[in-house]
Amino acid sequence: MQNPYLPYPVRIDKIITETEDKSLKTFKFVFIRPEDEEKFAYRAGQFAELSVPGMGEIPIGIASSPTEKGFVQFTVFKTGKVTSHLHAMREGEIMGIRGPLGHPYPWETLEGKNIVIIGGGFAFTTLRSSIVFMTDPANRSKFKDIHVIYGARSPGMLLYKDELKSWAERDDMHMHITVDGTDDPDWKYHKGFVPTITEKFAPPADADTYAIICGPPIMIKFTQPVLDNLGYSHDNIIMSLENRMKCGIGICGRCNIGKDLVCKDGPVFTLAQLNAMPKEY
Amino acid sequence: MKLIKIDKKSLKEGIDKLKRTYGVFGPVREKDEFEFKALGAAEMPDFSFSNTRMSPKAIVYPQTQLMFTYSLNDADDDCRILKEVPMDERPRAVIGIRPCDALAFPLVRRNFDTPEYQDTFWVKAYEATTFVGLACNVPCGTCFCTSAGTSPFGKEGLDVLLVEDGDDLFAEALTPKGEALLETAGWTAEAGGGAEEKITALAATANEQISSTVAFDNIKNREILELYNAPFWEEEGFSCINCGTCTYVCPTCWCFDIQDETYGKSGVRMRNWDTCMSPLFTLHASGHNPRTKKVERVRQRFMHKLKYYVDKYDNGIQCVGCGRCVRLCPVNIDIRSICNKMNNFDSEACKCETASS
Repeated sequence: MQNPYLPYPVRIDKIITETEDKSLKTFKFVFIRPEDEEKFAYRAGQFAELSVPGMGEIPIGIASSPTEKGFVQFTVFKTGKVTSHLHAMREGEIMGIRGPLGHPYPWETLEGKNIVIIGGGFAFTTLRSSIVFMTDPANRSKFKDIHVIYGARSPGMLLYKDELKSWAERDDMHMHITVDGTDDPDWKYHKGFVPTITEKFAPPADADTYAIICGPPIMIKFTQPVLDNLGYSHDNIIMSLENRMKCGIGICGRCNIGKDLVCKDGPVFTLAQLNAMPKEY
Repeated sequence: MKLIKIDKKSLKEGIDKLKRTYGVFGPVREKDEFEFKALGAAEMPDFSFSNTRMSPKAIVYPQTQLMFTYSLNDADDDCRILKEVPMDERPRAVIGIRPCDALAFPLVRRNFDTPEYQDTFWVKAYEATTFVGLACNVPCGTCFCTSAGTSPFGKEGLDVLLVEDGDDLFAEALTPKGEALLETAGWTAEAGGGAEEKITALAATANEQISSTVAFDNIKNREILELYNAPFWEEEGFSCINCGTCTYVCPTCWCFDIQDETYGKSGVRMRNWDTCMSPLFTLHASGHNPRTKKVERVRQRFMHKLKYYVDKYDNGIQCVGCGRCVRLCPVNIDIRSICNKMNNFDSEACKCETASS
């Protein structure tokens, strides 16, 4: 019997400060035992528990893509006890990760479809995983049009800036990068909130077009009516939720929304599913 | 049905034999209450109890469970790598568990032992345990087991059922584990003719004494949001002080927290019973809380037990009718009346009432 609470030991291989306010850092982990990497086979949209002995565990979306080998990557916002400690850790230090956990985005359904990715702020991590996965040469032909709408408060608050630039230069996807505002005269992308940009640039709704949305509650609140106006079916709007978690495997009973546990039955739900659930998230 | 007869005078002899093989737990008097305890060499289970204050869930699922240890000393090779702790997997026997509390174990097993994940701590302890039940000849006034999946003489979840009859106990082995226990204790004398009839009569008398019931036959046909949005939650939750007593004494409440505790350069990761009555239970690191109001937490507890569980497992409610929460709630919140309210709730009728008033 395998103990599902025992993390795989990992070494922090690289730490990248992502945003100008230093509140977001990306951690690249390498498994200490190479065989653990195979056991940690994951798909875009899943999460893991980052485990810092002495501090505790935190559920964080996996930001690397299954097509990237040799490491797993997470981008962490400094906010509580464990994340603050993690932000003070250094490359080379040892900790643990436990997973992969939860359901990925529904890739079987998404294959052969138009995909619109809508993200805001630091909720762009599993979306990065999805973009890297879909644009991998082995996978790009499996998807039709890919749109990405991603916004942050300012240019300095965008995650994965180099990658955003390289995606914007690709001719096989539509990047719509936006910031709430900037004084930068050289800023060559959009200015405006995510819902406004979505209204202007999201492709028209049809049965073959799916939107994946991750962002702060305020962004979701104002983006949903935009998608409704565009005619998106609630079955075609896919969201990823967060709730306080401990076990991550559906046992500790903490993260439920109605009868569903965000950790095990989610974190990915369609809007149609969420409409039938209490708003306890 | 093979029935064994145990003379109460020889009970000690048998239990002493059991103690050589099993860690033996039983009800003992603690001040004004009874609790299940590991029995010392000289201790005997005290069958003069009605039921224990706390449920015996801690025998399989301790209130604090050591999960892992770790070192934070950089000189150690395994610094910052969690290590499993050897578990006590020796056989244990619970003597005198009531049928309601016994049913709670297969019930919570649906949570801890799933096709995807096995909670090793719970599963190993459960598998190591032999459950020896004691039928309730005289149930309490707050018991409602007969409508919650078992009865005073219920057998589900038990390996042996004991029935008290004056100076004797009748024992029925219900599983191979139970047979092995009776064998080990040397309880092998077959009860004579008439024992079965006696037990049937005692059971019928006990069943008749159960005066309160719950009904939940309509609950699974209701939409979650219909019950969630029912107007009675404000009223039901108004008096709650969120003390969490109901969750701690409940044999079927399984929620837990995981915490690390460091002493100098080493520490432990442990899990502790937790309670959905606490606002901290759902508080996000950001400060956002999906259940800020106490009425939302009261609703969560009852919706979990009486609706979410029903929908998820299609196997009754997450309650065995022991009545502890009814007896111990300081503000008299009563799961029986809430269950019946949920079962009788009809949002359409409710709308008409509001419209006409």
